[in-house]
Amino acid sequence: MRSLLAFAWLNVQLAWRNLWRNYRRTLIMLAAIVLGAWSMIFMASLARGMVTQMVRDGLRALPGHVQIHHPEYREDPTVVNSMPPLSSELRSSLESESVVAWTSRVRVPAVITSERDTRGVTLVGIDPERERLLSFVADDLAEGRFLEGSDDKGLIVGRKLLERLETDLGKRVVVMSQDPENDVAERGFRIVGVFDSDLAVFEEGFVFAGEAIVQQMLRIGEQASEIAIIGDDYRDAERLAADVAVAAGGELQVEPWMELDPMLQTMMGLLDAFILVFVVIIFMALSFGLVNTLVMAVFERTREIGLMLALGVAPRSIVAQVIVECVLLLLVGLAVGNLLAWLTVSALSDGIDISMVAEGMADYGVGSVITPRLGLRDLAIANLTVLILGFLASLSPALRASRLEPVKALSES
Amino acid sequence: MASVSAAESTPVVGSPEVTVECVDVCKTYRQGDLEVVGLDHVSLTIEKGEFVSLSAPSGGGKTTLLNTIGGLDPPDSGRITVAGTRVDGLGKAERARLRLEKIGFVFQAYNLIPVLTARENVEFVMQVQGVATATRRDRASAVLAQVGLDGLGDRRPTQMSGGQQQRVAVARAIASEPAIVLADEPTANLDSSSSQQLMELFVELNESLGSTFVIATHDLQVMGYTRRQVRLLDGRIVGDGPPETASHS
Ligand SMILES: Nc1ncnc2c1ncn2[C@@H]1O[C@H](COP(=O)(O)OP(=O)(O)OP(=O)(O)O)[C@@H](O)[C@H]1O
Ligand SMILES: [Mg+2]
Repeated sequence: MRSLLAFAWLNVQLAWRNLWRNYRRTLIMLAAIVLGAWSMIFMASLARGMVTQMVRDGLRALPGHVQIHHPEYREDPTVVNSMPPLSSELRSSLESESVVAWTSRVRVPAVITSERDTRGVTLVGIDPERERLLSFVADDLAEGRFLEGSDDKGLIVGRKLLERLETDLGKRVVVMSQDPENDVAERGFRIVGVFDSDLAVFEEGFVFAGEAIVQQMLRIGEQASEIAIIGDDYRDAERLAADVAVAAGGELQVEPWMELDPMLQTMMGLLDAFILVFVVIIFMALSFGLVNTLVMAVFERTREIGLMLALGVAPRSIVAQVIVECVLLLLVGLAVGNLLAWLTVSALSDGIDISMVAEGMADYGVGSVITPRLGLRDLAIANLTVLILGFLASLSPALRASRLEPVKALSES
Repeated sequence: MASVSAAESTPVVGSPEVTVECVDVCKTYRQGDLEVVGLDHVSLTIEKGEFVSLSAPSGGGKTTLLNTIGGLDPPDSGRITVAGTRVDGLGKAERARLRLEKIGFVFQAYNLIPVLTARENVEFVMQVQGVATATRRDRASAVLAQVGLDGLGDRRPTQMSGGQQQRVAVARAIASEPAIVLADEPTANLDSSSSQQLMELFVELNESLGSTFVIATHDLQVMGYTRRQVRLLDGRIVGDGPPETASHS
């Protein structure tokens, strides 16, 4: 065991010194590996940042990690499919520790009319105190004030909608919908607040009013359209949903965000694949140089490899030397590349404003500021992939070296 | 070896005094359609502590014989025993093991690993053998002193003269105390004074340590240093006895 360690150490020593024999070639190769590692990791963190942002925005716009609805509501999101007031069992489950915040909302299609124009929107009745904890409207309020209670008579609209309606803060608008009996339900609101959003659809399509006021307007008593819940971590939503579902009983539909917005879920899955593909492609580009470097290194050392074999060094140990040399080269390159990527990502921690180059992105649910995110998982994927592929790439030159005939190799001039 | 039947055993085989025994060793090289004789029914016994030169004109089979004895090149037929181990018929890996454990090599040129220092080169074989660090260090120091390279242990091969490099190679060859040291024209790349010094070193090591040396050469001066000269011609032994040229007293 000790002699095995000593022998491994000998191979590392030999490989390391051999690397610096042709230091120019090694430095060029290192530069390529550093650049490759940097670009894989930086690209991965950009993509990761983008998708994380999308998920966050998506969750906030829905919002909630888990939502509870009347079973028909998602098919037909109208007032008819409202939920009865909370059962005491469900309420106590919502007060449990795994729930960070929850709120109930009334959410119905409606028409909003100003003096100038009329648009279709989604009217959301919220409890501002609770909503503040999980939705973005309060944070992103650009002008005016937020609602002050469930019975606040004001209305909050997005800036885009305000422009479309050619109205303004403080002006009155009329919101019209249907009650459960299909009778017109309408009400006048004063616009008290304006919000901005990264998501154009959201800014244009959603208006917020006090929940009690909307319930009154729709004549639905204490019924609501949805309960939104936030847990500790959006990735644990499925477990949270399962817990809540037990308390909700069979009458209600409880879903985690992955089911509410399968698109987001798919994006996250695709991202992993994307990062892996990207890493592999960059490695392919690198591998030509890498294999070439190793083949050259072995070729230049034909005689001393012959010597070692002649002295009785086992061929597999020659294989090990070449592989170790390759892995050392990669390790040094990766270390520097990782460091540079980390520095780059840190320097960009305030986000990169891509609105100049990607104005249309907002329409697809992508924010105009991307904050690169260095995930351990992505780091591991990139580094391990490079090491594993590098190991595989070094096999052929390594095996070739080990199969040299000692007598012939020694006498090579 | 002890249990060989009486009919087959010859008195010398397996005797601790016999280091190398070749019986009817043949080796033919094929170059395309051409068959070239390397060794032609060579039989030879070398005892422990002997100092033998192997002489032949170029192409006479010196290298071939050393390589078959040393397990670098398997013979086509015949029997070779080195320090009690049958060499013919060994597989590639077993031959590598034999070379590592039993044989010291000194080649004509390119003996040293360029990225290792003199001391590390001397330690190399022991290190591959798995000799403990401390033992290895002590042994390398002792051997370096023996070959007269006391203060040069930290030099890389490129920082040493050809003669010094060959001394390092000799030091490496004897460091692991092999059964036999095979040297294939070790002086061929040296000037005559370095060559003399190297031969004197061989003589000294042979006398003081009792190391067994076989040195292939076509240099009359070199042969003069040895105590026994085996002469080859076209792969056949044509003479075996005290060196013909006694230029050395
Ligand atoms: N690998 C080989 N392939 C073909 N022929 C070979 C090979 N090695 C040796 N020979 C031939 O075998 C014969 C003996 O060669 P060997 O190298 O043993 O001679 P040598 O005495 O060492 O000569 P030199 O003084 O030139 O080193 C020569 O005719 C040589 O051409
Ligand atoms: Mg020769």
